[in-house]
Amino acid sequence: MSAREAAARVRPDVIPEPSLVARLLNSRNFLGFIFMLPLAILLLVFLTYPLGLGVWLAMTNQRIGGEGFFIGLANFEFLVRDDVFRLSVFNTVLYTVIASVFKFGLGLWLALVLNERVPFKALIRAVVLLPWIIPTVLSAIAFWWIYDSQFSIISWSLVKLGLIDEYIDFLGRPNWARASVIIANIWRGIPFVAISLLAGLQTISPTLYEAAVLDGASPWQKFRYVTFPQLTPIIAVVMTFSVIFTFTDFQLIYVLTRGGPVNSTHLMATLAFQRAIPGGSLGEGAAIASAMIPILAAAILISFFGLQKRKWQSE
Amino acid sequence: MASVEIRNVFKAFGSTEVLHGVSVDIQNEEFVVLVGPSGCGKSTLLRMIAGLEEITKGDILIGGRQVNNLPPKDRDVAMVFQNYALYPHMTVFDNMAFSLKLAKAPKAEIQERVQRAAEILNLSDYLERYPRQLSGGQRQRVAMGRAIVRDPLVFLFDEPLSNLDAKLRVQMRAEIKALHHKLRTTVVYVTHDQVEAMTMADRIVVMHDGIVEQVGDPITLFDTPDNLFVAGFIGSPAMNLIPGRIGRRDGRVWVEARAGVRLPLRPNAPGQQGQEVVYGVRPKSFQIAPSPGDDTVDMTVGVVEPTGDEIEVIAKVAGEQVCAVFTDRLALKPEQTVAVRPQLDSVHLFDAGSGKRLVA
Repeated sequence: MSAREAAARVRPDVIPEPSLVARLLNSRNFLGFIFMLPLAILLLVFLTYPLGLGVWLAMTNQRIGGEGFFIGLANFEFLVRDDVFRLSVFNTVLYTVIASVFKFGLGLWLALVLNERVPFKALIRAVVLLPWIIPTVLSAIAFWWIYDSQFSIISWSLVKLGLIDEYIDFLGRPNWARASVIIANIWRGIPFVAISLLAGLQTISPTLYEAAVLDGASPWQKFRYVTFPQLTPIIAVVMTFSVIFTFTDFQLIYVLTRGGPVNSTHLMATLAFQRAIPGGSLGEGAAIASAMIPILAAAILISFFGLQKRKWQSE
Repeated sequence: MASVEIRNVFKAFGSTEVLHGVSVDIQNEEFVVLVGPSGCGKSTLLRMIAGLEEITKGDILIGGRQVNNLPPKDRDVAMVFQNYALYPHMTVFDNMAFSLKLAKAPKAEIQERVQRAAEILNLSDYLERYPRQLSGGQRQRVAMGRAIVRDPLVFLFDEPLSNLDAKLRVQMRAEIKALHHKLRTTVVYVTHDQVEAMTMADRIVVMHDGIVEQVGDPITLFDTPDNLFVAGFIGSPAMNLIPGRIGRRDGRVWVEARAGVRLPLRPNAPGQQGQEVVYGVRPKSFQIAPSPGDDTVDMTVGVVEPTGDEIEVIAKVAGEQVCAVFTDRLALKPEQTVAVRPQLDSVHLFDAGSGKRLVA
């Protein structure tokens, strides 16, 4: 019989005080902290470190193979007055806004069509996913060929139809090039939007539509008052992702135009790479990339509020 | 308020015919229940009245007007769905006001009609809530409120109580019946629960495999079922059905079941000597007899289930499993054999081949 047991026996009303370790191991908060620690370290090392390094580089004049020194916000001061950087910001915003609007509109339309009873539904859905699952580089090369100044199938078709007289130089003129890369991006981004929204559509109970029909709703009113409001949570998620993907796009541009002609299709991501790696100015490139952070953060904030539970949504 | 006439209606999904010529006349202000096992076509018929399913053949008239090709919104019917089909993103008020808003009714009128319906249904305190914040019974009431607000010619109910627990079901049953009494609108109500049908209906339509088996008021269906299906379907516990042959000698009539067991019949019972019949007797129509006689039959007790009010006995008569319900607190034991006397006036006879009721 240990001393404590003996004490408990003598004075049964006194519960022996547990040791500090025993108390810690019984504390939910302490255990939770301990269990989260490994993941927190992983996140810190593999997510935060590269991001922090990028931001640090943005505040140095580091060059490839050279030595870098902290120069504060000098890179950003330079970029604000740099016409090419300002053009790339304009291009990126234009690219993101136009592509996202079309991806949303066409994706939603495709989702609504696929949600109806159509023959070979499964096959069509699989086909719709194709642009999204093939590697971007591969589809970019295909578009490059489609937009080729001599062999473009579009130009060829239009000439044969007698609509135009000479081949269009899709990637050789600034505005044609902008339109061309945007169309390629839309083509690639629609499946993601369509399939995600289709998943959302399928969670809406069919009896709601029957109830709406009996309530006297027209097809448009069914969409406006039943489908759309219930789809808003998933639209918020899908469009946040879509905007982020588009805003940070790199592959399509790099394969199709490398930012040309005359920087007219340079996005912030391609310009950052261009200046940092081929150009050798790591610090400046990092500064361009870091300049995307506030805009992306804003997108994430918007989605954070957009993603909050609607009052009507169940737990 | 209007009558509903269903004239020789057929319905086929592709090559599968699910309704084979159904005719029912529903009077103005009547509460009619369509009842039958799942797959009998009752819900399909209701959805055809609503306009959610096309009519393959035949006619449906509402208030004397043929509605075969009328879109649902022009039929002036309101429907309460099994899962309530409340719009989750709208408040109770908006759910009830939706049809009026679509019809571009003036704001004041919408307000007034929704308030009135909410008062009838005790929902006034919940108008600003969302469906997910309501209990099952309250959601059910909102679904009815949505129908009431429209002041339709006909209310259609599609198994509205099957998602509720047993106690609430009994309560809502009474509420719906009281509501019908207050509003006096024609109601067509679908259920698979014969107790619901019996307790609520002015008239019951018993359906089975796409045809109407019998139409009548609850008591008629219970006392004189037209056929074996209705006999077995209406009443709980179900009627005991024992196959056998009619035997007649010296002015006495009986049904000879398996192993020569004689089931007593009243002297004027219908049926030919030797005719194959089914002998039907309800669980409550057995009495314990002090000793075996010509009008008794031996029953071997299997399981005894006292419910407090009565004793339910699962037993064997002539090798067939039967159920008997006694109101006396008898001390019955398993394996015990007792003589019971079926009440001859409430014995039903059906032709074994056609299943039709035999009438004297």
